[in-house]
Amino acid sequence: MKKLIIGLVAALGLAAGVHANEGGLAWDKAPNKTNDMAALQNGAKIFVNNCLNCHSAAYMRFNRLKDIGLTEQQIKENLLFTTDKVGDTMKVAMDPKNAKDWFGGVPPDLTLVARSRADFSKGSGADYLYTYLRTYYRDETKATGWNNLAYPNVGMPHVLWEMQGERKPIYSEVEQHGHKVEVFKGWEQIKPGTMTPLQFDQTIGDLVGYLQWMSEPVQNNRVQIGVWVLLFLLLLTFAAWRLNASFWKDIK
Amino acid sequence: MAAEFKEVSANAPLGEKALNWLDNRFPASKLYNEHLGQYYAPKNFNFFYIFGSLALLVLVIQITTGIFLTMHYKPDAALAFGSVEYIMRDVPWGWLIRYMHSTGASAFFIVVYMHMFRGLIYGSYRKPRELIWVFGCAIFLCLMAEAFMGYLLPWGQMSYWGAQVIVNLFAAIPFIGPDLALLIRGDYVVGDATLNRFFAFHVIAVPLVLLGLVAAHIIALHEVGSNNPDGVEIKGPNAPKDAEGHPLDGIPFHPYYTVHDIFAVSMFLMVFTAVIFLAPEFGGYFLEYNNFIPADPLKTPAHIAPVWYFTPYYSMLRAITGEFMYVLMACVVAGAAVLVTKVKMPALFKAVIAVGAVLAVAAMWALDAKFWGVVVMGGAVVILFGLPWLDNSEVKSIRYRPTWNKYLYGIFVVNFFILGYLGVQPPSAIGERVSQVGTLFYFGFFLLMPWWSRLGTFGRVPDRIIFAAH
Repeated sequence: MKKLIIGLVAALGLAAGVHANEGGLAWDKAPNKTNDMAALQNGAKIFVNNCLNCHSAAYMRFNRLKDIGLTEQQIKENLLFTTDKVGDTMKVAMDPKNAKDWFGGVPPDLTLVARSRADFSKGSGADYLYTYLRTYYRDETKATGWNNLAYPNVGMPHVLWEMQGERKPIYSEVEQHGHKVEVFKGWEQIKPGTMTPLQFDQTIGDLVGYLQWMSEPVQNNRVQIGVWVLLFLLLLTFAAWRLNASFWKDIK
Repeated sequence: MAAEFKEVSANAPLGEKALNWLDNRFPASKLYNEHLGQYYAPKNFNFFYIFGSLALLVLVIQITTGIFLTMHYKPDAALAFGSVEYIMRDVPWGWLIRYMHSTGASAFFIVVYMHMFRGLIYGSYRKPRELIWVFGCAIFLCLMAEAFMGYLLPWGQMSYWGAQVIVNLFAAIPFIGPDLALLIRGDYVVGDATLNRFFAFHVIAVPLVLLGLVAAHIIALHEVGSNNPDGVEIKGPNAPKDAEGHPLDGIPFHPYYTVHDIFAVSMFLMVFTAVIFLAPEFGGYFLEYNNFIPADPLKTPAHIAPVWYFTPYYSMLRAITGEFMYVLMACVVAGAAVLVTKVKMPALFKAVIAVGAVLAVAAMWALDAKFWGVVVMGGAVVILFGLPWLDNSEVKSIRYRPTWNKYLYGIFVVNFFILGYLGVQPPSAIGERVSQVGTLFYFGFFLLMPWWSRLGTFGRVPDRIIFAAH
């Protein structure tokens, strides 16, 4: 009987191993900035200026940005396009037909991208975005001239290339299970950007923090409330425990 | 026959007068006494006995939160996804209501699985409680339908493709399959018509049936009285009773089990709210990541997995391959051979069994394995209904069964977990083999129960329940 259990557990482990082996580049851990107001405001600015031209965030209202410390005046002056109202959601003006011609598909809505991109074995959606936005490289064989390590053959060009500059991945050949495989080793900077790699990582961190916050604006508030609810339940449980004991002490 | 009309003295307090007025017109005190105040439950309930009350609590949570969600949700393929995000963002406390409902769905299954496990190990389905069990299985079936149809409503990628896959299964049924699938969907693919009818079923049709069944489940329980971990009948003709005829081994449900339940409920709520507030996605198991992408009929996700509570059955579905059908045919032949040669019965029955087996094998040969996968998946739930008549054990409770029975039940649970785990994973060669073994074990456990439940030496069941004062 024990052998059977061990056998089943072993088989389970094997099945899991098979699964873990597949699937491309490992994701970097994104810094958690959903509580950092300055970073979120910077992220919001980058998002509105660079992403919102093609991508919508159709479930996100501009005035929700008040939650990350912006005033309605600031939102109106700095982040709204001329025709938008502060209570509008972040729609996009680009015609979907044009988008299809230019990029081969309609750019996805980004409201929930930080939630939908998570993966059981690889990390959170923020980790994915943090990796993806930092692994663009020059590839002249592509129509846009850009390719991506985390999302091979991606349709989107490297929008933030001026900040990061141009890079190329370096591979080395490694023997694995009897045949040669190319393994990613690092980057070679071809043209410098306006930012140092460290500054760029921080900027992307801010942007990803914003995307993560936008995917569920209530998330930090939710955790705070949860702590109070749990404290209350702890007291209730204690009272219920003593109440139960006092009723049952006479039952023999 | 009219009940006796009771009078109270003119000087009685107002409350007493009011209650008397009510009792003369509606059995308020009678119902209260039969189900709470004078309902005697065994003293020796343990941890496993709280899950019935908790299931009722979760049902109330689901109905209440469901009502509030319906106020803002739009059952329309173009609006559904957006309306859920509207609830999450713009409706005051909408996120809390939604998370309560989504976490409640998973909590419901956890609680109900524990409740069923309790019934399984303590023989709570044995005479005279067969109907309680049958009602319970019907509740489980309704719950599965409720969860499946509710899962389509957020109209995300997993909602859409999960429904597509499961409804397509019905198309595998010979002759009527394609038309049946069409009837369920209301369209050739899952679409707006499907969303609307699933909404109707989810918010009114199935809940009505569910509530009726829950009432029947509880009425049947209170008619025959609760079982307990010792499987001793506390209300039987030989059970010791006090001067008023109340069982000495029982105590009134109220206040003793109500305070018990309040304690259990507050502990349950700690876990429940911890998930709601701290990890509502629960690592992608309660809210799947892919479901944050709106349904797209043109983009099939690479890996479609049902939510965790369906995965043991989904594994059994995937286990049935063309190759595995030969194993199943061999099982049918072997089963029929054993019945015909080893069991004493009239020749006519033997002939019926032999002919039935031949027909079954012929059908297994002729029809697609996909169809048999659906049969196996459905059969895995339907077989539970038969449990009261499959168990031939001398005793009810696992406590007095042979020791090896405990291991067998242990393996049954481990096997169920393994099947559940494999159902989450993408298909793999080894996973397929393991799930095939698991499927055989699951069905073997039930189908061979009439035989194995008789075997071994049983412990002596005590005359009275075993109870240690707290």
